[in-house]
Amino acid sequence: MSPLIQELIEKALVVGIVTHGLLIVFSFCTLIERRVLAFMQFRLGPNRTGPQGILQPFADGIKLFFKEEFIPAGANKPLFILAPAVAVATAFMSTAIVTYGGALTVPAFGFLPEWLQGRVIELQIADLEVGILYLFALSSLGVYGIVMAGWASNNKYALIGGLRSSAQMFSYELALGLSWVPVILVTSSFRLPEIVAGQAGWFWNWNCFVVFPAFLVYLVAGTAEANRTPFDLPEAETELVAGFHTEYSSMKFALLQMAEYVNMITISALGVNMFLGGWNTGLPFLPPTAAYGLVGFFTFAAKVAGFLFFFFWLRGTLPRFRYDQLMHFGWKVLVPVAAVFILVTAGVLAALA
Amino acid sequence: MIEQILFYTLAALALVAAIVVIAQRSPIYSAFALIVVLCSLSGIFAILGSPFIAVIQIVVYAGAIMVLFLFVLMLLNVQKEADDPGGSKPLRTAAAALAAVFAAQVGLVIARARFASGPEQYEASTRKVAELLFSPTFLYVFEATSILILAALVGAIVLAKRDL
Repeated sequence: MSPLIQELIEKALVVGIVTHGLLIVFSFCTLIERRVLAFMQFRLGPNRTGPQGILQPFADGIKLFFKEEFIPAGANKPLFILAPAVAVATAFMSTAIVTYGGALTVPAFGFLPEWLQGRVIELQIADLEVGILYLFALSSLGVYGIVMAGWASNNKYALIGGLRSSAQMFSYELALGLSWVPVILVTSSFRLPEIVAGQAGWFWNWNCFVVFPAFLVYLVAGTAEANRTPFDLPEAETELVAGFHTEYSSMKFALLQMAEYVNMITISALGVNMFLGGWNTGLPFLPPTAAYGLVGFFTFAAKVAGFLFFFFWLRGTLPRFRYDQLMHFGWKVLVPVAAVFILVTAGVLAALA
Repeated sequence: MIEQILFYTLAALALVAAIVVIAQRSPIYSAFALIVVLCSLSGIFAILGSPFIAVIQIVVYAGAIMVLFLFVLMLLNVQKEADDPGGSKPLRTAAAALAAVFAAQVGLVIARARFASGPEQYEASTRKVAELLFSPTFLYVFEATSILILAALVGAIVLAKRDL
């Protein structure tokens, strides 16, 4: 078999595994989030479908499939239908750049074709030269799904949700981008594999310790970018019914939810890669390449799970920001802090060089 | 081969969307069509081996500027334009004259253009772009542009918020 076809098969495998893996993680995120929130609020949460409610995501999926597909009379039909598609497409496209834990070595099992045995597979769909800038571009395109949904619904609550979301994501994207700059300066590369490789060795080499203020800014801006509590103003149910997805039902609603959760997973995975050492275990005597690279993969997965739990925890703990406070905080605290810290990092690096 | 297919697809998409931008009566549709144009152009930059420009095209134009356009359109709730041919007769004559001048200029540019015989490879990696931008040739222009943008920013704030 020619190397090109081998490469294509390998990439197709990685794309398929990543996409379906994300779908599974998304559906169980919804269950785990509800169980965690219930635990924090002294409730039980969904525990009836299967042992510990493990089959709840499938029940939810089947229910959403059979619900009535409703489009409001005054809605702008083409944009109303296009909006969830845009949201999901941009969410999944942005996962292409994330590295999901080092390289896996395929074990030499007899039933595998010979070229696959011992092959080293990078767990990343595309290793672009512009790296995380690509993610920045797609996250700015992701706003359009929400804006479109809000406007096309022809509902004032949805419209306000869409407007809020565009203003919020626009403002916090700036802080998010600025929080990446110190990491890029330290690593002098945009590419995620190099950023992760730069954090090898003991865990105090991780960027969350090296550029601690940038990590804090990333946490806050990332939460806002994923529209999570305390920054979930686009869908603030106490004031806007359900915000931009008020008029959505059935699978279109499920797609908007999916886009949101995939964005949250991407933000978590990116945070792990950029600040928490990625697939590095942080203990040099335990190399991430051990056991066919599975050590690295599970280290990464555990860190992402921790990050996601942090988001659930926030939702169970913090009340929602008021809108003007959100804007003040974004523009008058986060952006200046991030900008000053970039100057500090650049100054220190220039002094050391 | 793949590059050519991609190029013609993206170019056709950009042209069709550009026509939609001006032919549409609904401003929101025009704005979305403009986003499609910008994304197709970004794809063409990517084919030309210039990923940095491609990404910046989306971040700045499709991401930041068009969000502001849409924000204003939605906030003001701009209605569909009435089906009105628009303008008085002298205005339309002037428009036709300007269009003719523009067409002549475009024709002149195309006639004088030097087309590459084969695919030319430019190295336009992020590092190369940065080195060029901060080289003595462009450094002062680059910094002057930054100051211009900063001045516009301060001016906008002063105009919008008279009592600071």
